[in-house]
Amino acid sequence: MTRIEKAEQLRALAQERILVKDGPYGSMIQTYKLDEAGFRSGRDFTHDQKGNNDLLNLTRPDVVGAICKDYIAAGADLLATNTFNANAISLSDYGIAGMAREINLAAAKLTRTCADAATKRNPAKPRFVVGALGPTNKTLSVSPNVNDPGYRAVTFDEVKGIYREQVDGLLDGGVDFILVETVFDTLNAKAAIVAVDEAGEARDEEIPVMVSMTLTDLAGRNLSGQTVEAFWHSVRHARPLTMGLNCSFGATELHPYVNALNPQVDGLVCIYPNAGLPNELGAYDEPPEMTAKLVRGWAENGWLNVVGGCCGTTPAHIKAIAEAVKGVKPRQWHVLPPALRLSGMEAASFF
Amino acid sequence: MTENAKPETRATFINIGERTNVTGSAKFKKLILDGDYAAAVEVARQQVEAGAQIIDINMDEGLLDAEKAMDTFLKLIASEPDIARVPIMIDSSKWSVIEAGLKCVAGKPIVNSISMKEGIEPFIEHARKVRRYGAAVVVMAFDEKGQADTQTRKIEICARAYDILVNKVGFPAEDIIFDPNIFAVATGIEEHNNYGVDFIEATRAIKARCPGAKISGGVSNLSFAFRGNEPVRKAMHSVFLYHAIQAGMDMGIVNAGQLEVYDQIPAELRDACEDVILNRRPDSTERLLELAPKYKGTGETVETQDAEWRSWPVTKRLEHALVKGIDQYVVADTEEARQQIAKPIEVIEGPLMAGMNVVGDLFGAGKMFLPQVVKSARVMKKAVAYLLPYIEAEKTEGARSKGKIVMATVKGDVHDIGKNIVGVVLQCNNFEVIDLGVMVPFQEILKSANDNKADLIGLSGLITPSLDEMVTVAEEMTRQNFQLPLLIGGATTSKVHTALRIAPRYHGPTVHVLDASRAVGVCAALVSESGDQASEFAAKVAAEYEAIRVERAGGGKEKLVPLAAARANAFKIDWTNYIPPKPALNSSTRVFAEYPLHELVERIDWTPFFRAWELAGTYPGILEDKVVGESARKLYADARKMLDRIVREKWLTAKGVVAFWPCRRDGDDVVLFEDESHAKEVSRLFFLRQQIEKRAPRANMCLADFISPKSDWIGGFAVTAGHGIEAHLARFKADSDDYSDILLKALADRLAEAFAERLHERVRKTIWGYAPDEALTNNDLIREKYRGIRPAPGYPACPDHSQKPELFRLLNAGQNAGLSLTESFAMIPISAVSGYYFAHPDAQYFGVARIGHDQVEDYARRRGIPIEQAEKYLRANAGY
Repeated sequence: MTRIEKAEQLRALAQERILVKDGPYGSMIQTYKLDEAGFRSGRDFTHDQKGNNDLLNLTRPDVVGAICKDYIAAGADLLATNTFNANAISLSDYGIAGMAREINLAAAKLTRTCADAATKRNPAKPRFVVGALGPTNKTLSVSPNVNDPGYRAVTFDEVKGIYREQVDGLLDGGVDFILVETVFDTLNAKAAIVAVDEAGEARDEEIPVMVSMTLTDLAGRNLSGQTVEAFWHSVRHARPLTMGLNCSFGATELHPYVNALNPQVDGLVCIYPNAGLPNELGAYDEPPEMTAKLVRGWAENGWLNVVGGCCGTTPAHIKAIAEAVKGVKPRQWHVLPPALRLSGMEAASFF
Repeated sequence: MTENAKPETRATFINIGERTNVTGSAKFKKLILDGDYAAAVEVARQQVEAGAQIIDINMDEGLLDAEKAMDTFLKLIASEPDIARVPIMIDSSKWSVIEAGLKCVAGKPIVNSISMKEGIEPFIEHARKVRRYGAAVVVMAFDEKGQADTQTRKIEICARAYDILVNKVGFPAEDIIFDPNIFAVATGIEEHNNYGVDFIEATRAIKARCPGAKISGGVSNLSFAFRGNEPVRKAMHSVFLYHAIQAGMDMGIVNAGQLEVYDQIPAELRDACEDVILNRRPDSTERLLELAPKYKGTGETVETQDAEWRSWPVTKRLEHALVKGIDQYVVADTEEARQQIAKPIEVIEGPLMAGMNVVGDLFGAGKMFLPQVVKSARVMKKAVAYLLPYIEAEKTEGARSKGKIVMATVKGDVHDIGKNIVGVVLQCNNFEVIDLGVMVPFQEILKSANDNKADLIGLSGLITPSLDEMVTVAEEMTRQNFQLPLLIGGATTSKVHTALRIAPRYHGPTVHVLDASRAVGVCAALVSESGDQASEFAAKVAAEYEAIRVERAGGGKEKLVPLAAARANAFKIDWTNYIPPKPALNSSTRVFAEYPLHELVERIDWTPFFRAWELAGTYPGILEDKVVGESARKLYADARKMLDRIVREKWLTAKGVVAFWPCRRDGDDVVLFEDESHAKEVSRLFFLRQQIEKRAPRANMCLADFISPKSDWIGGFAVTAGHGIEAHLARFKADSDDYSDILLKALADRLAEAFAERLHERVRKTIWGYAPDEALTNNDLIREKYRGIRPAPGYPACPDHSQKPELFRLLNAGQNAGLSLTESFAMIPISAVSGYYFAHPDAQYFGVARIGHDQVEDYARRRGIPIEQAEKYLRANAGY
């Protein structure tokens, strides 16, 4: 099946039921309490590797695979690769920028294998593999230097380049779609979208892309200063397979923005919130039933096509979410009247 | 324009700021060349403050590294929320500069421009890249043979580019903007004489040929021949825009703040400019050239201008400052006026209002543009703000406020007459009212309630989609754990809707307020000092609403029949001998750019006017009414007085459009065709059928029943009497004159209705002409004793507001009547009416009322929209 056919299959399934996306790798990896040696697993590195979760795709495929299988068992239809930081910019913090392709390739193959085995076991519930691109730790639309607002630590082409490398690795490893997630900087996301588009052009195929924005403040804006509507106008040209929100806050705080997004999106909506807000110790303690209950409310409002979990959620959360949305009718998307839809930090539509 | 108008609503003419352009502004060029980017950023800020809705940025200068300059400047403004809130137009003739710009903009910008200058291949490649970076695009009318100069070439090239972009590149039509080239006129070269006309006429044709696309242009080229003579250039630009906008120009790169006001151009200069631009006489150029030196000196530099008007008497100076939007001296002048005039308030009522009247009139007549008005209003505000402490000092201390209410017309809706009346009444009763205006998203409402520690929240709305928005606000209040009472009001709201849909979504007290007279009682009870009384009242209302819910749940509703049965009981018309009257109108569309207001005054139906003011009774009897007669007479006198001024001083401009299409009925749809051959379908109108069980011989009606299944005609119209109203409302607002504000809005509504009524009469008698001999009195007209109907989308016979965008598209209402729609399909400007014309003698008004799930499903299928969306559109009617 081509990727476009996979996208069609996903859209068709999304008409029938609300689909479930998996949860994060980070919090699950923590439960394995790996030390430096555990991360290295006998390989040689110049820098400390403890905390480099993306490296585990190579050094501990058993751990990554086990987590993926936990999410499969929890009922996730969409499985993201463990590649949130597997780009040359983020990996350079661990001195392994050169390993980006290798990591992405391995992660994609690993997730593919788990997903295909599950699909084979139950063909009625096909699993999709989503290649995850994180935001990197550099930002294209904000200066890191308060005294020089025109300064940027990276260029658009650099960001596009590292995303392209990541995308090629993921595609070669067999992912179905690319997910540009946790977008706090719109311009980074636009660079990722250009990278995906160019990768598709090089392969002579259209690569379906999913986009997920993150809000950085309770006024509902991201770091680039955009509202959800403005952001949507900025990425709508990519005709995203899904558009949505993730991370930011818990479902409670995210609620008004899901509501705001719902009528604007002429495609599938995908939301995966955190397990509430972190406590004083930085841990998430919203129990699965609570997250599931909040998500169920969205589903009943007709706001959801795809739902999953972000920071603090676990396979138990995903399982609870999957059960909570079972049987609830999926959102049907809206047809927007034609207009010149532009944006700065705010949306501007001219009919 | 009100302060609360969102960019989403200002859709009639889009002002693109041009000052951040090194080719157009010597000042900006110098700043960039000197590397003074901080000052250059301020230029951008001023543009946005002055009302630019998009800012054009151009760094094409030989001495500059344009790519670098574009990059630096865009990155700098990205961190300025006051600037970066509006979209950017990346302007360059070099692709590399455009691409550099595209890499810096987080929002969705416009690229200005690409063209077929170097052939089709590079054009397609650039278009693909523009799409990849997620931008809209300006396409210059330019091909391998050169820049399009004649009307034919402009249309030809734009049509070709449009087809390539839409069919080959997959570019969305609505993201395409054509620039059909504004060239210099009056150059002395004969071939240039028609350039103004070429642009204007090409604009008209391209809009018709390329649906969805917009038209833009750089205006300053036009007057290139008069470099060095700013007054003449400004005059030419104003005259040109005056005509081009009417032809459909959507946006322009202009320094709108500096445009000469159309009416203030000396008549001989204006006529000479008009002759040149419209190419009205062979010696136009010579005549303008002859005249030009005479105007060269006037106002060319700020200094000479200063010297002149600064010597005038202070009242004249204030007026001048208001009209020209100069705030430099206004505080000093206001102080001078205050010392001369007995009371500070009279400074406002006298010279300041006089100045604003002039501004309002000019804007109302379409002879002054929005940013200029914004500037004028700012001058007024400064003056008022200066006077306020003096005015306050004269007042005696008021009693303590009874309570604080935050009021707003919800997001997507612009109607606020009722809300303003309630606000005034509450203020008179010593409530503190925080009025957030119109189109207010819930975040702002709730934030304001929190910030101001309000005691109550009041929501208002007129159109049905606003009901949904109110539910959203209620849900948010619950989520954010508000406890304040929530008041619901506005024409489509009702106690039943509040009880069934809103109250269950909010855990605090939710009360529907029928009209302003009830508002005081309700508010007083809810904020009463003794908490008992408040909770008792809330409990009483809650019990009453619960009773409504129980009653609704327990049936008591009229029975619905299945859609198939309703269709079988359709309204039957015998079509065998019916000859559908063909419209007499030659072309399919008729535009009224400025309908004479005096003709409408006599058509006003006054009864609803009094109803708007909550005075019950029928005109003219109401004037003699024992109870309300005196108030009605006073109000009527004030209204007539204002109406006289509206007409005499042209406060409002009435614009309208009518069109007809050959059609036939297809089930409950009406199919519209391009011509009588019925070969090409241009649209399909979807109507709804009554489903409430009818006793014979009453039919289950649908508007489609009035159209022949074989061959017929249908009409459409959109009219407004609201153009120009904003300037006057701003004037009233600045003066805190709520009375005039409400009076004017109510009158504008009446004029719009009168316009619709008058136009319908002309349609019947001449434009369609199926009833040439109709002779009815105004009273008969009001009682609708004529043949044919004009039902409006959003009203009982066709209750779905979402049909308006298609009607507007068919009528090209944006271009032809300056009308646009909000996301909830409210018409802008306010005071507008749109609808369909049916001519059959049996056509009649009815209400669709409740419909079943089967019809909603059927309707969704017919329209090709998801059921959920159809349910949202039809929520007021969906009876299940």
